[in-house]
Amino acid sequence: MVDTTNWDWSPGEKRIAFGEWAGKYRWVEEPAASPDGETVAAIVNIDEGEFSVCANGEQWESVFDKIWHLRFSPAGRLTALVSETGEWTVAVDGSPWEARFGYVWNPLFSSSGESIAVAIQQDMQYGMAVNGAAWQDTFANATYFILSPDGTRTAAAVQTVDFDSGEIHKFQEGTFSAALDGKPWDANFVNVWSLAISPDGSKLAAEVRINLYEYTIAVNGKPWEKTFSCVWEPAFHPTRNSAVAPVREAGQWTLAEEGSPIWQRSFVQLWQQAFSPDGSRLAAVVAPRYGRWTVAVDGSPWSVTFADMVTDVVFSPDSRRVAAVAKDGEIYKVVADGSAWGLALDMAWQPVFSPDGRHLAAKVEKNGRYTIAVDGRLWDRECQAVWDPAFSPDGSLVLLKSLEDGVYFRRVIPVADIAG
Amino acid sequence: MVDVYTFVSGPLAWAAFTICIGGCLYRLISLIVLAYKKERFIFTYMSFSYGLRSIVHWITPFATENWRRHPVLTVVTFAFHISLVIAPIFLLSHIVLWEEAWDLRWPALPDALADTMAVIVIAGCIFFLVRRLKLPEVQFVTTASDYVILAIVAAPFVTGFLAYHQWVAYPYMVIAHIISGEVMLVAIPFTRLSHMVFSPLTRAYMGSEFGKVRMARDW
Amino acid sequence: MTEPAQQSETKAQDKGIEVGISKLDVERIEKVVTGVLKGETGARLKAYVETCIHCGLCSEACHYYLSHDKDPHYSPVGKVKQTLWEMIRKKGRVSPEFIKTAAVIAHTECNMCKRCAQYCPFGIDIAYIISVVRRIIHRLGATPLYIQDTAHSHSVTMNQMWVKADEWPDTLQWQEEEAQAEIPTLRIPLEKEGAEVMYSVIGPEPKFQAQLIYQAAIIMDVAGVNWTMPATIGWDNSDMAMYTGDNELMGRIKRTHFETAARLKVKKIVMGECGHAFRSVYDMGNRWLGWKMPPIRIVHAIEFYYDLLKEGRIKIVKKFDQPVTLHDPCNVVRGGGLGEKSRYVANAICEKVIEMVPNYEHNYCCCAGGGVINCGPPYKMTRVNGNRVKAEQLFSAKTKGAKVLIAPCHNCHSGLHDIVHHYGVGLDIKFFADIIYACMEKPEATEA
Ligand code: SF4
Ligand code: SF4
Repeated sequence: MVDTTNWDWSPGEKRIAFGEWAGKYRWVEEPAASPDGETVAAIVNIDEGEFSVCANGEQWESVFDKIWHLRFSPAGRLTALVSETGEWTVAVDGSPWEARFGYVWNPLFSSSGESIAVAIQQDMQYGMAVNGAAWQDTFANATYFILSPDGTRTAAAVQTVDFDSGEIHKFQEGTFSAALDGKPWDANFVNVWSLAISPDGSKLAAEVRINLYEYTIAVNGKPWEKTFSCVWEPAFHPTRNSAVAPVREAGQWTLAEEGSPIWQRSFVQLWQQAFSPDGSRLAAVVAPRYGRWTVAVDGSPWSVTFADMVTDVVFSPDSRRVAAVAKDGEIYKVVADGSAWGLALDMAWQPVFSPDGRHLAAKVEKNGRYTIAVDGRLWDRECQAVWDPAFSPDGSLVLLKSLEDGVYFRRVIPVADIAG
Repeated sequence: MVDVYTFVSGPLAWAAFTICIGGCLYRLISLIVLAYKKERFIFTYMSFSYGLRSIVHWITPFATENWRRHPVLTVVTFAFHISLVIAPIFLLSHIVLWEEAWDLRWPALPDALADTMAVIVIAGCIFFLVRRLKLPEVQFVTTASDYVILAIVAAPFVTGFLAYHQWVAYPYMVIAHIISGEVMLVAIPFTRLSHMVFSPLTRAYMGSEFGKVRMARDW
Repeated sequence: MTEPAQQSETKAQDKGIEVGISKLDVERIEKVVTGVLKGETGARLKAYVETCIHCGLCSEACHYYLSHDKDPHYSPVGKVKQTLWEMIRKKGRVSPEFIKTAAVIAHTECNMCKRCAQYCPFGIDIAYIISVVRRIIHRLGATPLYIQDTAHSHSVTMNQMWVKADEWPDTLQWQEEEAQAEIPTLRIPLEKEGAEVMYSVIGPEPKFQAQLIYQAAIIMDVAGVNWTMPATIGWDNSDMAMYTGDNELMGRIKRTHFETAARLKVKKIVMGECGHAFRSVYDMGNRWLGWKMPPIRIVHAIEFYYDLLKEGRIKIVKKFDQPVTLHDPCNVVRGGGLGEKSRYVANAICEKVIEMVPNYEHNYCCCAGGGVINCGPPYKMTRVNGNRVKAEQLFSAKTKGAKVLIAPCHNCHSGLHDIVHHYGVGLDIKFFADIIYACMEKPEATEA
């Protein structure tokens, strides 16, 4: 979690003339705003094959052949994937890592934002690098890269046995495993997908396919005793260090912990399970019947259902409330604790709870313009772009970051100004 | 003789109608229950208008590409099915029986027309038989049961026709006619004759899928 | 009465099938067949099997049947007789040799094009029945080698062509650079959250046909579309697991695809000119996951071009001057009703469109779809011989003056290529995008 107490919470407004940058460059790409809202930055093209990043009007000193994937880490460090003379690396606040690779992609941040990991390819071998240090072992292929929330461990599904395309029977004997910090399990599987690292960093869980038909979860290389006709991504309980995953039996889905079902009922679909921060509650996206979607908390689905999809399930920091985004036809809705806000939106992003759980805010799109909604009410500004809102530690103020007519605004206003 | 007649036209007829209607209902309901249990999604795609659109095209002669491609078959098929259903219901001598038993009556077809229809059904059966024997694509997928079904359908019309014209052993013919009719009734739910019950469902389902999801015509 | 001629072609050796059946015995087959029939099928299969009156009226729907001089082995119902009926009749106790024949029939002699559903008076869905047979073959591990390998590729990389995670964004950046030679400010915006459109393609595009991505980028740029492409897995919309009967894998691939679009917060997924991928995202994959319709609107390239042309967002400088004929891909025309829009686009970009007969929903399949071409080179002649009728149809369009064949589907494209080549039809085959790209108004190149 990021400590927000030292952010500038004094109500008011700051501006940055983002639109002016356009005159200085051939083009300016989509801007990114820092979590604290103090910085707005974008990849800029200076000339053919010359890229840099402009942050608050200041250009990085270094110029690269190509830059992509500009993101602020939760701690506000500005990172991008950069290339120079055919090699790639990660640049953080303008300084590239010393290590260079054949290619880098899929940057990952720890929850504090201090640790940065990336997938790497070097000489057609695959692995990961964390804060500039690459895995010692690399593999013929790697997929499903993850970084533990505390930023200390990385993992990926890796190919441990060589096979050529077309060698289907060799492949079916198992050529994939999972590697924690670059060290693969002893066991191989037909497939390894969707990894998770336990909160204490001691366990690595993954979906595995044992043969073409049997799926289960393997933890530190050891599959659950029971297999299923399909499984989805595992998630660790925040304190118990045990893995929970959706499993499919007789055409229906339920949740299992270490192989045994933990929910009473099954669903047409069930995925994206999320524990509350204190671990006492478990929510997941479910389809209680064909073509209807909602959220189930501890096995009980909300009575309200939606036709198209439900995403972005989130618990409040105090674990008491649950919110999600739902889509019904072409309309997006924000849903909190089983009731949808009365707003018909073009799009909604993952909602954000105030630290005390009393307020809920979300970035939304309406009539092609962006704004923020708090507790079901829209902020009265329609913007070119907005970023996720943030609440002050006491929950009384909200930080709004927006782009309006080419000007970037950082505003801190009382929650009540929007929520009423 | 009279006893036999009373039996086949009384209790046995009762039984045949009961089994036919009950059997059809049973087949229909159990199919729907099965769909509900295992393929519930089907119901979410069913569309009354698209289902009906498809059925209407297929029960209209020459309204579909395939009917147009086979004009003779189309004429025979429609004449056969119409006669098969209409003739027994509107035959004067059948209506008389309903009137005696239930005091129900409705207009009858002229006997000559009903007689022609019986001939059409018989001719249809022969046509289908020849098709089964002669056309490789039909012959290849024909099983013994297909011939049995043809015989089951032909029998009441052949016997009925003979009985009406009283050319041979009239009383025996009447009894044979009644029994063969009852056999057919009983066979409907439990043989491929059940296409009578299921085809509107399969057609409506395909019509719905094509119309509502695929936005295409299925004829 | 003549006994129908046996199928004359010698069946190709296929290691996927051979090795697969070598591990089978009747008991194992029985277990799997009854497991699939009892556990996974229901009212549909029951109604189809029991309603079919063995009339053979579906025969003339099938291009295999027509191309094989009406050999009944190739009629839709004939193929069901040789596969599923026999399994049902013997209660699953069929021999490994039988499974081999069933695998060849189900995988290489039916494109699951659903044309026969338009010819059967009862709307019996033979394609669905064949998919059940393929499911059984999958559960028995006897799927043809090439398509099984493709399914393995999907399982590892979530794309069809073993394209590795870095190769994808790298290819996009390479195409972006290439296209900048033509439009210096052009971008292929990667990972742009909140864009209107996520553009998705099939695995072969980055692998072998990167120019299609190039063309798409030019079209997007000129039309001013707010678009993005993901840099992660989920970019590939193709799906051979759908055709091998590996439904669990099909679900996984489609989930990845839709969740990628949901993560990028796009309003719609625009897909390239591909038919089977459309079927997978619009009709099959979504259903297995519990989505009645795709959770995010799917716009096939044909519809997308239609919108752009109709709204004047791309303008045609000079229409394509060679007479064209238009192939209606089964999966988007019989499967998505895009026949009219396809013609609107063709007429908007070409001087002269010559209709082939039959057309629209009644068009003959290319014989490549349904996973057949993905069973690989061993079955090339199965496809070519199985579609003589297509060559005849194309010849007659050519006689009417057509010089170019537009096939807005990848599988159709490759399948028709083989047919045109083998029968010497002599038509040039193009995608819509090829012609749009060549004929559209583009900003003056500013490069020196
Ligand atoms: S190829 Fe098409 S017409 Fe032929 S059997 Fe298969 S689905 Fe039917
Ligand atoms: S047309 Fe329909 S009923 Fe006739 S044989 Fe074919 S599938 Fe069976």
